[in-house]
Amino acid sequence: MLLINCPYCEETLPELEFAYAGEAHIDRPADPSALTDEEWRDFLFIRTNARGTHFERWRHIGCGRFFNAARDTVSDRFLTTYKAGQPRPDLKEAAE
Amino acid sequence: MTHFSAMSLLKNALTGHKNWRAQWPDSQPKAEYDVVIVGAGGHGLGAAYYLAKEHGITNVAVIDKGWLGGGNTGRNTTIIRSNYLYDESARLYDHALDLWENLSQDLNYNVMYSKRGVMMLAHSVHDVQSFQRHIHANRLNGVDNRWLTPAEAKKFCPPLNISPDARYPVMGAALQMRAGTARHDAVAWGYARAAAARGVDIIQNCPVIAIRRGADGAVEGVDTAKGFIRAKKVAVSAAGNTSVVMESAGVRMPLESYPLQALVSEPVKPIFPCVVMSNTVHAYISQSDKGELVIGSGTDQYTSYSQRGGLPLIEHTVAAICEVFPIFNRMRMLRKWGGIVDVTPDRSAILGKTPVPGLYVNCGWGTGGFKATPGAAHTLAWTVAKDEPHPINAPFTLERFTTGRLIDEAAAAAVAH
Repeated sequence: MLLINCPYCEETLPELEFAYAGEAHIDRPADPSALTDEEWRDFLFIRTNARGTHFERWRHIGCGRFFNAARDTVSDRFLTTYKAGQPRPDLKEAAE
Repeated sequence: MTHFSAMSLLKNALTGHKNWRAQWPDSQPKAEYDVVIVGAGGHGLGAAYYLAKEHGITNVAVIDKGWLGGGNTGRNTTIIRSNYLYDESARLYDHALDLWENLSQDLNYNVMYSKRGVMMLAHSVHDVQSFQRHIHANRLNGVDNRWLTPAEAKKFCPPLNISPDARYPVMGAALQMRAGTARHDAVAWGYARAAAARGVDIIQNCPVIAIRRGADGAVEGVDTAKGFIRAKKVAVSAAGNTSVVMESAGVRMPLESYPLQALVSEPVKPIFPCVVMSNTVHAYISQSDKGELVIGSGTDQYTSYSQRGGLPLIEHTVAAICEVFPIFNRMRMLRKWGGIVDVTPDRSAILGKTPVPGLYVNCGWGTGGFKATPGAAHTLAWTVAKDEPHPINAPFTLERFTTGRLIDEAAAAAVAH
């Protein structure tokens, strides 16, 4: 069972209290009607699917809020979690 | 290659089984091949076999980061069926089923294909309506599938609990009689042996580091842990690791990789005559010839390459099995494991050409690639040999995510498969 830290509740809780919500930092198109078919494909379907550090969204069912996480997809270890809207963290800094 | 027959079995039995020889050599890479296939699972080895047998292309290498058949080919629950909703899928999986029928004879290797029937349980009014729609669509496509009442389902599979006060009441079932199971390892071994006999090199423990492209953009070969291997054509059949391999050729894929788990019980005497699937409560169960109950679980909610998966899913699956089959509630489970499945947004495979000349891909089989093994391998070989789609794999292009012409089996079944 994964243990996940909710950055809003500031508590580390079991995976069953959380819902995975896909890759993070995918911005909705600002001007949707201007997008080409290829750009729509990239937005809707193409995913990084990283083997290693993966930036992803989770929702804490307890507080109902979305947040972001960096997780190693080989070890499943969480590197850090941070609030929605914050930029992608520099993981070297987080490790120190 | 030794030809297997009743006589050869008898001869080796009488001499104490001391004279069996290795069935294929553990090859080292040559400098150059016509075709390099990345991934030595059933799909990749099968494609090499059909390239050699049907297209006369024998200068082929199948390379794998681990051992042959050690990925999802050796980790699935061996279920074979073709009762998919849409015409494109029905054609593809039924093509595979046609090949399964004679695969043992074709390969001279017993893959233990057993047409024991796959029964899918309906637990709600929605399930009943959806399965009956599937049955009608299947029959129009010439795919066998029929409806069973709860009593008929119980007769077909006696351990089933059809009592009306069950936690998950059985309101009927869809039965495909032509469906069943096969021995997954034997499929990889049979294809490997038959491909090697035709001159294909099978190179194990040789991870692909990157696919190399020339100045014109076309494929030049693959960089591996055992050095550069030049190739005119490269076919990627790497299941959960496809995104990583394709990224090295500059192609980003519409895939996400999830752990999918399975488990087996201690072996018991024959008790379970068929395969039963319940998509609604996530229980997939059959009994192997060794006597173990083989149970399939669901995918974890998060992407991962860990080949493990979380225990909450196992608990959920086993709870469902105990409700539907109370007879098994004191069975002890022996082992559990995970494989990494590559899932597409529409839950249909991607099989065909890519934007890179000379690069082909076979991926996105999600949680149900084993059943397609001969069909995927056969049509992939066609596409690689002729550089054009086979009529059966033509709809399963990578372009469908640009054009929007999806084959939406995800919405059709409401589960990954």
